[in-house]
Amino acid sequence: MIEINNVTVNYKLASERIHSFKEYMISKLKRKIKYEYFHALKNVSLEVKAGEVFGLIGDNGAGKSTLLKVIARVLRPSTGRVRLHGRVFPLLELGAGFDMELTGRENIYLNSAILGFKKADVKSRFDHMVSFAGLEEFIDTPVRNYSTGMISRLGFAIATDIQPEVLIIDEVLSVGDADFQRRSGERIQKFCAGGTTVILVSHDLETIGKMCGRAGWLHHGEIKKIGAVSEVISDYEEFQ
Amino acid sequence: MTQKLPVYYDSSKRRIPLVAEFRELMRYRELLTLLIANSIKTRYKRSALGVLWTMLNPLLYMSVMVIAFSTLFRFKIPHYPVYLLAGLIAWNFFSQTTTQAMNTLIWGGSLLKKIYLPRTIFAVAAVGNGIINLLLACIPLVIIMLCTGQPIYATWWFLPIAILILSAVSLGFALIVSMIAVFFADIIELYQILLQALFYLTPIMYPESILPPFIQRFLVINPVYDVVKVFRTPIYEGHLPSAFSLSAGLVSAFLVLLIGWWFFTRRADQIAYRI
Repeated sequence: MIEINNVTVNYKLASERIHSFKEYMISKLKRKIKYEYFHALKNVSLEVKAGEVFGLIGDNGAGKSTLLKVIARVLRPSTGRVRLHGRVFPLLELGAGFDMELTGRENIYLNSAILGFKKADVKSRFDHMVSFAGLEEFIDTPVRNYSTGMISRLGFAIATDIQPEVLIIDEVLSVGDADFQRRSGERIQKFCAGGTTVILVSHDLETIGKMCGRAGWLHHGEIKKIGAVSEVISDYEEFQ
Repeated sequence: MTQKLPVYYDSSKRRIPLVAEFRELMRYRELLTLLIANSIKTRYKRSALGVLWTMLNPLLYMSVMVIAFSTLFRFKIPHYPVYLLAGLIAWNFFSQTTTQAMNTLIWGGSLLKKIYLPRTIFAVAAVGNGIINLLLACIPLVIIMLCTGQPIYATWWFLPIAILILSAVSLGFALIVSMIAVFFADIIELYQILLQALFYLTPIMYPESILPPFIQRFLVINPVYDVVKVFRTPIYEGHLPSAFSLSAGLVSAFLVLLIGWWFFTRRADQIAYRI
Protein backbone atom coordinates (compact mmCIF):
# COMPACT_ATOMS: atom_id res chain seq x y z
CA MET A 1 0.00 0.00 0.00
CA ILE A 2 1.18 3.50 -0.80
CA GLU A 3 -0.14 6.49 1.09
CA ILE A 4 0.63 9.97 -0.13
CA ASN A 5 -0.66 12.83 1.98
CA ASN A 6 -0.47 16.46 0.87
CA VAL A 7 2.89 16.02 -0.79
CA THR A 8 4.53 19.12 -2.18
CA VAL A 9 7.89 19.12 -3.93
CA ASN A 10 9.64 22.41 -4.44
CA TYR A 11 12.67 22.79 -6.58
CA LYS A 12 14.76 25.76 -5.61
CA LEU A 13 15.84 27.59 -8.71
CA ALA A 14 18.37 30.35 -8.44
CA SER A 15 17.45 33.16 -10.82
CA GLU A 16 20.48 32.20 -12.81
CA ARG A 17 21.44 28.63 -12.20
CA ILE A 18 24.66 28.65 -10.29
CA HIS A 19 26.93 25.71 -10.69
CA SER A 20 30.31 27.02 -9.77
CA PHE A 21 31.76 28.31 -6.59
CA LYS A 22 33.24 31.30 -8.41
CA GLU A 23 29.86 32.41 -9.76
CA TYR A 24 28.31 31.83 -6.37
CA MET A 25 30.80 34.07 -4.60
CA ILE A 26 30.46 36.78 -7.23
CA SER A 27 26.69 36.83 -7.08
CA LYS A 28 26.77 36.64 -3.31
CA LEU A 29 29.02 39.68 -3.17
CA LYS A 30 26.74 41.51 -5.53
CA ARG A 31 23.79 40.24 -3.49
CA LYS A 32 22.21 39.07 -6.65
CA ILE A 33 21.00 35.62 -5.73
CA LYS A 34 17.26 35.37 -5.81
CA TYR A 35 15.69 32.03 -5.38
CA GLU A 36 12.52 31.10 -7.09
CA TYR A 37 10.61 28.01 -6.24
CA PHE A 38 9.25 25.69 -8.80
CA HIS A 39 6.43 23.59 -7.48
CA ALA A 40 6.80 20.25 -9.18
CA LEU A 41 4.04 18.80 -7.02
CA LYS A 42 1.40 20.71 -5.12
CA ASN A 43 -0.56 19.08 -2.30
CA VAL A 44 -0.85 15.72 -3.92
CA SER A 45 -2.79 13.13 -1.98
CA LEU A 46 -3.24 9.64 -3.24
CA GLU A 47 -3.73 6.16 -1.92
CA VAL A 48 -2.83 3.04 -3.82
CA LYS A 49 -4.06 -0.13 -2.19
CA ALA A 50 -2.09 -3.33 -1.93
CA GLY A 51 -2.35 -5.36 -5.10
CA GLU A 52 -3.82 -2.52 -7.11
CA VAL A 53 -2.58 -1.52 -10.57
CA PHE A 54 -2.70 2.23 -10.66
CA GLY A 55 -2.12 4.38 -13.73
CA LEU A 56 -0.73 7.90 -13.83
CA ILE A 57 -1.39 10.13 -16.80
CA GLY A 58 -0.75 13.76 -17.65
CA ASP A 59 1.14 16.00 -20.03
CA ASN A 60 4.90 16.30 -20.10
CA GLY A 61 6.11 18.22 -17.06
CA ALA A 62 2.92 17.57 -15.13
CA GLY A 63 4.90 16.00 -12.30
CA LYS A 64 4.45 12.31 -13.03
CA SER A 65 8.15 11.50 -12.84
CA THR A 66 8.56 13.64 -9.74
CA LEU A 67 5.76 11.71 -8.08
CA LEU A 68 7.45 8.44 -8.99
CA LYS A 69 10.71 9.69 -7.54
CA VAL A 70 8.99 10.60 -4.31
CA ILE A 71 7.54 7.10 -4.12
CA ALA A 72 10.90 5.53 -5.00
CA ARG A 73 12.50 7.41 -2.06
CA VAL A 74 14.78 9.30 -4.44
CA LEU A 75 13.30 12.67 -3.53
CA ARG A 76 12.14 13.49 -0.06
CA PRO A 77 9.02 15.65 -0.30
CA SER A 78 9.38 19.28 0.77
CA THR A 79 6.19 18.98 2.79
CA GLY A 80 3.69 16.21 3.25
CA ARG A 81 4.12 12.57 3.86
CA VAL A 82 4.74 9.40 1.93
CA ARG A 83 4.27 6.04 3.54
CA LEU A 84 5.11 2.78 1.87
CA HIS A 85 4.09 -0.64 3.02
CA GLY A 86 6.51 -3.01 1.39
CA ARG A 87 9.67 -2.54 -0.60
CA VAL A 88 9.53 -0.50 -3.76
CA PHE A 89 11.29 -1.60 -6.92
CA PRO A 90 11.59 1.11 -9.50
CA LEU A 91 11.76 0.01 -13.08
CA LEU A 92 12.88 3.41 -14.24
CA GLU A 93 15.55 3.55 -16.89
CA LEU A 94 16.72 0.06 -17.59
CA GLY A 95 20.43 -0.32 -17.54
CA ALA A 96 21.00 2.58 -15.15
CA GLY A 97 23.79 1.57 -12.83
CA PHE A 98 25.51 -0.75 -15.25
CA ASP A 99 29.28 -0.52 -15.32
CA MET A 100 30.22 -0.66 -18.98
CA GLU A 101 33.69 -2.06 -18.28
CA LEU A 102 32.36 -5.08 -16.44
CA THR A 103 30.89 -8.22 -17.97
CA GLY A 104 27.21 -9.08 -18.02
CA ARG A 105 27.81 -11.55 -15.21
CA GLU A 106 29.50 -8.98 -12.98
CA ASN A 107 26.81 -6.45 -13.80
CA ILE A 108 24.06 -8.83 -12.72
CA TYR A 109 25.61 -8.92 -9.26
CA LEU A 110 26.25 -5.17 -9.21
CA ASN A 111 22.78 -4.24 -10.39
CA SER A 112 21.15 -6.70 -8.01
CA ALA A 113 23.08 -5.20 -5.13
CA ILE A 114 21.97 -1.72 -6.19
CA LEU A 115 18.39 -2.98 -6.09
CA GLY A 116 19.08 -4.40 -2.65
CA PHE A 117 18.98 -8.12 -3.40
CA LYS A 118 21.10 -10.51 -1.41
CA LYS A 119 24.02 -12.11 -3.17
CA ALA A 120 23.00 -15.62 -2.18
CA ASP A 121 19.56 -15.14 -3.75
CA VAL A 122 21.07 -13.74 -6.91
CA LYS A 123 23.33 -16.73 -7.23
CA SER A 124 20.42 -19.15 -7.22
CA ARG A 125 18.39 -17.04 -9.66
CA PHE A 126 21.31 -16.21 -11.92
CA ASP A 127 20.65 -18.69 -14.75
CA HIS A 128 16.99 -17.78 -14.78
CA MET A 129 17.80 -14.10 -15.30
CA VAL A 130 20.28 -14.83 -18.06
CA SER A 131 17.95 -17.09 -19.96
CA PHE A 132 15.05 -14.63 -19.66
CA ALA A 133 17.27 -11.94 -21.14
CA GLY A 134 18.45 -14.42 -23.78
CA LEU A 135 22.10 -13.57 -23.17
CA GLU A 136 23.63 -16.98 -22.44
CA GLU A 137 26.30 -16.56 -25.09
CA PHE A 138 27.31 -13.03 -24.12
CA ILE A 139 27.20 -13.17 -20.34
CA ASP A 140 30.98 -12.99 -19.99
CA THR A 141 31.37 -10.18 -22.52
CA PRO A 142 31.87 -6.63 -21.27
CA VAL A 143 28.60 -4.72 -21.34
CA ARG A 144 30.17 -1.99 -23.44
CA ASN A 145 29.90 -4.41 -26.37
CA TYR A 146 26.17 -4.95 -25.80
CA SER A 147 23.50 -3.34 -27.94
CA THR A 148 20.96 -1.02 -26.28
CA GLY A 149 18.36 -3.74 -26.64
CA MET A 150 20.56 -6.27 -24.86
CA ILE A 151 21.21 -3.85 -22.02
CA SER A 152 17.53 -3.15 -21.46
CA ARG A 153 16.71 -6.84 -21.67
CA LEU A 154 19.28 -7.63 -19.01
CA GLY A 155 18.10 -4.70 -16.86
CA PHE A 156 14.52 -5.89 -17.09
CA ALA A 157 15.45 -9.48 -16.32
CA ILE A 158 17.36 -8.46 -13.18
CA ALA A 159 14.73 -6.09 -11.83
CA THR A 160 11.76 -8.38 -12.37
CA ASP A 161 13.15 -11.79 -11.58
CA ILE A 162 11.25 -12.09 -8.35
CA GLN A 163 7.81 -10.74 -7.75
CA PRO A 164 8.22 -7.35 -6.08
CA GLU A 165 5.89 -5.97 -3.43
CA VAL A 166 5.61 -2.58 -5.12
CA LEU A 167 6.66 -1.99 -8.71
CA ILE A 168 7.06 1.38 -10.38
CA ILE A 169 7.02 1.40 -14.16
CA ASP A 170 7.88 4.50 -16.14
CA GLU A 171 7.37 3.91 -19.86
CA VAL A 172 9.56 0.86 -20.09
CA LEU A 173 7.17 -1.65 -21.48
CA SER A 174 8.54 -1.39 -24.98
CA VAL A 175 11.97 -3.00 -24.64
CA GLY A 176 13.66 -5.19 -27.16
CA ASP A 177 12.16 -7.03 -30.07
CA ALA A 178 8.55 -8.13 -30.46
CA ASP A 179 9.19 -11.45 -28.74
CA PHE A 180 10.80 -9.88 -25.70
CA GLN A 181 8.06 -7.25 -25.52
CA ARG A 182 5.48 -9.99 -25.39
CA ARG A 183 7.34 -11.88 -22.67
CA SER A 184 8.00 -8.79 -20.57
CA GLY A 185 4.39 -7.71 -20.94
CA GLU A 186 3.26 -11.14 -19.79
CA ARG A 187 5.55 -10.97 -16.79
CA ILE A 188 4.17 -7.60 -15.71
CA GLN A 189 0.65 -8.88 -16.15
CA LYS A 190 1.47 -11.90 -14.01
CA PHE A 191 2.71 -9.55 -11.27
CA CYS A 192 -0.46 -7.46 -11.53
CA ALA A 193 -2.59 -10.57 -11.20
CA GLY A 194 -0.40 -11.94 -8.46
CA GLY A 195 -0.84 -9.18 -5.88
CA THR A 196 1.97 -6.77 -6.67
CA THR A 197 1.09 -3.13 -6.20
CA VAL A 198 1.92 -1.46 -9.48
CA ILE A 199 2.18 2.19 -10.42
CA LEU A 200 2.32 2.64 -14.13
CA VAL A 201 3.17 5.86 -15.94
CA SER A 202 2.62 6.00 -19.64
CA HIS A 203 1.59 8.28 -22.44
CA ASP A 204 0.00 5.31 -24.05
CA LEU A 205 -3.57 5.64 -22.83
CA GLU A 206 -4.53 2.33 -24.36
CA THR A 207 -2.00 0.44 -22.22
CA ILE A 208 -3.13 2.30 -19.12
CA GLY A 209 -6.76 1.56 -19.90
CA LYS A 210 -6.04 -2.12 -20.42
CA MET A 211 -3.85 -2.73 -17.40
CA CYS A 212 -5.06 -0.42 -14.66
CA GLY A 213 -8.12 -0.43 -12.46
CA ARG A 214 -7.86 3.12 -11.28
CA ALA A 215 -5.87 6.06 -12.54
CA GLY A 216 -4.84 9.55 -11.53
CA TRP A 217 -4.44 12.56 -13.77
CA LEU A 218 -1.75 15.05 -12.89
CA HIS A 219 -1.85 18.55 -14.28
CA HIS A 220 0.77 21.20 -13.45
CA GLY A 221 1.74 19.34 -10.32
CA GLU A 222 -1.76 18.91 -9.01
CA ILE A 223 -4.13 16.00 -9.01
CA LYS A 224 -6.94 16.86 -11.38
CA LYS A 225 -8.86 13.65 -11.06
CA ILE A 226 -8.64 10.24 -9.45
CA GLY A 227 -11.05 7.48 -10.23
CA ALA A 228 -11.92 4.52 -12.41
CA VAL A 229 -9.50 4.36 -15.27
CA SER A 230 -12.09 4.80 -18.05
CA GLU A 231 -13.49 7.99 -16.48
CA VAL A 232 -10.08 9.54 -15.91
CA ILE A 233 -8.96 8.79 -19.45
CA SER A 234 -12.13 10.16 -21.04
CA ASP A 235 -11.89 13.36 -18.95
CA TYR A 236 -8.26 13.72 -19.92
CA GLU A 237 -8.98 13.22 -23.60
CA GLU A 238 -11.83 15.69 -23.45
CA PHE A 239 -9.60 18.27 -21.81
CA GLN A 240 -7.06 18.13 -24.60
CA MET B 1 -7.87 -8.94 0.73
CA THR B 2 -4.11 -9.06 0.49
CA GLN B 3 -2.23 -8.99 3.74
CA LYS B 4 -1.16 -5.63 5.07
CA LEU B 5 2.58 -5.18 4.99
CA PRO B 6 4.36 -3.23 7.72
CA VAL B 7 5.38 0.35 6.98
CA TYR B 8 8.65 0.12 5.13
CA TYR B 9 9.32 3.78 4.62
CA ASP B 10 7.83 6.93 6.02
CA SER B 11 9.13 10.16 4.53
CA SER B 12 8.07 12.22 7.53
CA LYS B 13 10.00 10.09 9.99
CA ARG B 14 13.56 11.17 10.12
CA ARG B 15 15.64 9.44 12.62
CA ILE B 16 18.83 11.33 13.29
CA PRO B 17 20.43 11.23 9.80
CA LEU B 18 23.76 10.55 11.46
CA VAL B 19 22.58 7.18 12.77
CA ALA B 20 20.02 6.29 10.11
CA GLU B 21 22.57 6.60 7.33
CA PHE B 22 24.91 4.23 9.09
CA ARG B 23 22.18 1.61 9.39
CA GLU B 24 21.29 1.99 5.73
CA LEU B 25 24.93 1.56 4.81
CA MET B 26 25.07 -1.68 6.79
CA ARG B 27 22.01 -2.88 4.90
CA TYR B 28 23.80 -2.24 1.60
CA ARG B 29 27.14 -3.72 2.66
CA GLU B 30 27.09 -6.24 -0.18
CA LEU B 31 26.91 -3.39 -2.67
CA LEU B 32 29.75 -1.70 -0.81
CA THR B 33 32.06 -4.68 -1.16
CA LEU B 34 31.09 -5.01 -4.83
CA LEU B 35 31.86 -1.36 -5.53
CA ILE B 36 35.29 -1.77 -3.95
CA ALA B 37 36.01 -5.06 -5.73
CA ASN B 38 34.86 -3.67 -9.07
CA SER B 39 36.95 -0.53 -8.96
CA ILE B 40 40.01 -2.63 -8.12
CA LYS B 41 39.13 -5.01 -10.93
CA THR B 42 38.58 -2.36 -13.60
CA ARG B 43 41.71 -0.58 -12.51
CA TYR B 44 44.00 -3.55 -12.95
CA LYS B 45 42.26 -5.54 -15.64
CA ARG B 46 43.14 -3.30 -18.53
CA SER B 47 46.71 -2.38 -17.78
CA ALA B 48 49.38 -4.81 -18.89
CA LEU B 49 51.45 -4.34 -15.76
CA GLY B 50 48.41 -4.99 -13.61
CA VAL B 51 48.90 -4.89 -9.87
CA LEU B 52 52.59 -4.28 -10.41
CA TRP B 53 51.79 -0.77 -11.52
CA THR B 54 50.50 0.35 -8.11
CA MET B 55 53.75 -0.73 -6.60
CA LEU B 56 55.91 0.68 -9.33
CA ASN B 57 54.23 4.03 -9.34
CA PRO B 58 55.34 5.23 -5.88
CA LEU B 59 58.74 3.65 -6.45
CA LEU B 60 59.39 5.64 -9.63
CA TYR B 61 58.07 8.78 -8.02
CA MET B 62 60.27 8.22 -5.03
CA SER B 63 63.38 7.65 -7.15
CA VAL B 64 62.88 10.96 -8.90
CA MET B 65 62.43 12.75 -5.62
CA VAL B 66 65.40 11.08 -4.00
CA ILE B 67 67.66 12.08 -6.86
CA ALA B 68 66.27 15.61 -6.97
CA PHE B 69 66.26 16.31 -3.28
CA SER B 70 69.37 14.65 -2.04
CA THR B 71 71.39 16.69 -4.54
CA LEU B 72 69.37 19.91 -4.56
CA PHE B 73 68.73 20.43 -0.88
CA ARG B 74 71.22 19.06 1.49
CA PHE B 75 69.17 18.05 4.44
CA LYS B 76 70.38 15.19 6.47
CA ILE B 77 67.79 12.49 6.80
CA PRO B 78 69.15 9.02 7.29
CA HIS B 79 67.38 6.49 5.11
CA TYR B 80 65.69 9.25 3.18
CA PRO B 81 63.92 6.89 0.71
CA VAL B 82 62.12 5.17 3.57
CA TYR B 83 61.17 8.47 5.19
CA LEU B 84 59.85 9.74 1.88
CA LEU B 85 58.03 6.61 0.78
CA ALA B 86 56.28 6.05 4.11
CA GLY B 87 55.08 9.65 4.06
CA LEU B 88 54.04 9.42 0.44
CA ILE B 89 51.96 6.31 1.04
CA ALA B 90 49.99 8.05 3.76
CA TRP B 91 49.65 11.19 1.66
CA ASN B 92 48.51 9.31 -1.44
CA PHE B 93 45.88 7.59 0.62
CA PHE B 94 44.45 10.92 1.72
CA SER B 95 44.59 12.66 -1.64
CA GLN B 96 43.34 9.70 -3.68
CA THR B 97 40.42 8.75 -1.48
CA THR B 98 39.12 12.30 -1.16
CA THR B 99 39.44 12.89 -4.91
CA GLN B 100 37.87 9.57 -5.79
CA ALA B 101 34.97 10.13 -3.41
CA MET B 102 34.29 13.43 -5.13
CA ASN B 103 34.38 11.97 -8.63
CA THR B 104 32.32 8.89 -7.83
CA LEU B 105 29.62 10.91 -6.12
CA ILE B 106 29.26 12.99 -9.25
CA TRP B 107 29.18 9.77 -11.31
CA GLY B 108 26.85 8.05 -8.88
CA GLY B 109 24.67 11.12 -8.77
CA SER B 110 22.95 10.09 -11.98
CA LEU B 111 22.12 6.84 -10.26
CA LEU B 112 20.93 8.56 -7.09
CA LYS B 113 18.41 10.44 -9.23
CA LYS B 114 16.82 7.17 -10.26
CA ILE B 115 17.03 4.84 -7.33
CA TYR B 116 17.50 5.04 -3.60
CA LEU B 117 20.93 4.17 -2.26
CA PRO B 118 22.66 5.19 0.94
CA ARG B 119 24.39 8.33 -0.25
CA THR B 120 27.56 7.88 1.78
CA ILE B 121 28.31 4.61 -0.01
CA PHE B 122 30.55 6.21 -2.64
CA ALA B 123 32.85 7.92 -0.16
CA VAL B 124 33.05 4.81 2.02
CA ALA B 125 33.87 2.69 -1.05
CA ALA B 126 36.63 5.15 -1.98
CA VAL B 127 38.20 4.69 1.44
CA GLY B 128 37.91 0.90 1.21
CA ASN B 129 39.58 1.06 -2.16
CA GLY B 130 42.30 3.28 -0.70
CA ILE B 131 43.05 0.78 2.06
CA ILE B 132 43.67 -1.96 -0.50
CA ASN B 133 45.95 0.29 -2.53
CA LEU B 134 47.80 1.28 0.61
CA LEU B 135 48.43 -2.33 1.57
CA LEU B 136 49.76 -3.03 -1.92
CA ALA B 137 52.02 0.01 -1.72
CA CYS B 138 53.56 -1.36 1.48
CA ILE B 139 55.16 -4.17 -0.52
CA PRO B 140 57.66 -1.93 -2.36
CA LEU B 141 58.25 -0.12 0.92
CA VAL B 142 59.38 -3.33 2.56
CA ILE B 143 61.56 -4.11 -0.47
CA ILE B 144 63.22 -0.69 -0.22
CA MET B 145 63.78 -1.16 3.51
CA LEU B 146 65.39 -4.52 2.95
CA CYS B 147 67.57 -3.13 0.15
CA THR B 148 68.73 -0.04 2.03
CA GLY B 149 69.33 -1.87 5.28
CA GLN B 150 66.72 0.02 7.27
CA PRO B 151 65.54 -2.28 10.05
CA ILE B 152 61.90 -3.39 10.00
CA TYR B 153 60.80 -2.54 13.50
CA ALA B 154 58.43 -4.49 15.66
CA THR B 155 56.34 -1.32 15.83
CA TRP B 156 54.80 -2.27 12.49
CA TRP B 157 52.09 -3.93 14.54
CA PHE B 158 50.80 -0.42 15.16
CA LEU B 159 49.99 0.16 11.47
CA PRO B 160 46.39 -1.11 11.60
CA ILE B 161 45.65 1.60 14.18
CA ALA B 162 47.44 4.16 12.04
CA ILE B 163 45.39 3.09 9.01
CA LEU B 164 42.22 3.39 11.07
CA ILE B 165 43.10 6.97 11.99
CA LEU B 166 44.07 7.72 8.41
CA SER B 167 40.77 6.29 7.14
CA ALA B 168 38.68 8.24 9.63
CA VAL B 169 40.29 11.55 8.69
CA SER B 170 40.15 10.82 4.96
CA LEU B 171 36.51 9.75 5.10
CA GLY B 172 35.57 12.86 7.03
CA PHE B 173 37.22 15.12 4.46
CA ALA B 174 35.97 13.00 1.54
CA LEU B 175 32.39 13.48 2.71
CA ILE B 176 32.80 17.22 3.07
CA VAL B 177 34.50 17.89 -0.27
CA SER B 178 32.27 15.53 -2.22
CA MET B 179 29.14 17.21 -0.86
CA ILE B 180 30.53 20.62 -1.78
CA ALA B 181 31.32 19.29 -5.26
CA VAL B 182 27.65 18.38 -5.69
CA PHE B 183 26.82 22.05 -5.32
CA PHE B 184 29.81 23.59 -7.05
CA ALA B 185 31.40 21.60 -9.84
CA ASP B 186 34.50 23.80 -10.04
CA ILE B 187 35.51 22.66 -6.57
CA ILE B 188 37.02 19.56 -8.16
CA GLU B 189 39.72 21.63 -9.85
CA LEU B 190 40.12 23.99 -6.95
CA TYR B 191 40.61 21.05 -4.63
CA GLN B 192 43.51 19.73 -6.71
CA ILE B 193 45.28 23.06 -6.26
CA LEU B 194 44.59 23.03 -2.53
CA LEU B 195 45.93 19.49 -2.32
CA GLN B 196 49.11 20.54 -4.08
CA ALA B 197 49.61 23.38 -1.61
CA LEU B 198 48.88 21.13 1.33
CA PHE B 199 51.40 18.61 0.07
CA TYR B 200 54.20 21.16 0.11
CA LEU B 201 53.13 22.43 3.51
CA THR B 202 53.34 18.97 5.04
CA PRO B 203 56.73 17.53 5.98
CA ILE B 204 56.74 14.61 3.54
CA MET B 205 59.62 15.37 1.22
CA TYR B 206 61.56 17.35 3.77
CA PRO B 207 62.25 17.04 7.49
CA GLU B 208 60.09 18.97 9.89
CA SER B 209 63.17 20.72 11.26
CA ILE B 210 63.84 22.78 8.12
CA LEU B 211 60.62 24.71 8.61
CA PRO B 212 61.06 28.06 10.35
CA PRO B 213 59.73 27.91 13.92
CA PHE B 214 56.78 30.21 13.27
CA ILE B 215 55.56 27.93 10.48
CA GLN B 216 56.11 24.85 12.60
CA ARG B 217 53.55 26.19 15.02
CA PHE B 218 50.97 26.16 12.22
CA LEU B 219 51.51 22.47 11.57
CA VAL B 220 49.00 21.84 14.34
CA ILE B 221 46.18 23.03 12.10
CA ASN B 222 47.36 21.03 9.12
CA PRO B 223 44.91 18.13 9.08
CA VAL B 224 47.23 15.77 7.21
CA TYR B 225 50.35 16.41 9.25
CA ASP B 226 49.27 14.27 12.19
CA VAL B 227 48.02 11.35 10.18
CA VAL B 228 51.14 11.25 8.05
CA LYS B 229 53.22 11.22 11.20
CA VAL B 230 51.15 8.57 12.91
CA PHE B 231 51.70 6.32 9.92
CA ARG B 232 55.38 7.14 9.35
CA THR B 233 56.72 7.12 12.90
CA PRO B 234 56.36 3.39 13.62
CA ILE B 235 57.86 2.52 10.23
CA TYR B 236 60.67 5.00 10.12
CA GLU B 237 61.59 5.78 13.68
CA GLY B 238 60.68 2.49 15.24
CA HIS B 239 58.79 3.89 18.19
CA LEU B 240 55.12 4.47 18.82
CA PRO B 241 53.56 7.89 18.95
CA SER B 242 53.38 9.08 22.55
CA ALA B 243 50.23 8.22 24.46
CA PHE B 244 49.27 11.87 24.38
CA SER B 245 49.68 12.38 20.65
CA LEU B 246 48.01 9.05 19.96
CA SER B 247 44.93 9.89 21.97
CA ALA B 248 44.86 13.39 20.51
CA GLY B 249 45.15 11.86 17.05
CA LEU B 250 42.37 9.36 17.68
CA VAL B 251 40.03 11.96 19.14
CA SER B 252 40.62 14.49 16.38
CA ALA B 253 40.34 11.83 13.66
CA PHE B 254 36.96 10.72 14.88
CA LEU B 255 35.88 14.30 15.39
CA VAL B 256 36.71 15.00 11.73
CA LEU B 257 34.80 11.88 10.71
CA LEU B 258 31.81 12.87 12.83
CA ILE B 259 31.76 16.41 11.43
CA GLY B 260 32.07 15.09 7.85
CA TRP B 261 29.37 12.49 8.41
CA TRP B 262 27.07 15.07 9.95
CA PHE B 263 27.77 17.65 7.23
CA PHE B 264 27.07 15.08 4.51
CA THR B 265 24.02 13.30 5.89
CA ARG B 266 22.34 16.59 6.78
CA ARG B 267 22.41 17.59 3.11
CA ALA B 268 22.13 14.15 1.53
CA ASP B 269 18.46 14.60 0.64
CA GLN B 270 19.36 17.55 -1.56
CA ILE B 271 21.66 15.59 -3.86
CA ALA B 272 18.83 14.28 -6.04
CA TYR B 273 17.54 17.85 -6.35
CA ARG B 274 20.93 19.19 -7.39
CA ILE B 275 22.80 16.86 -9.68
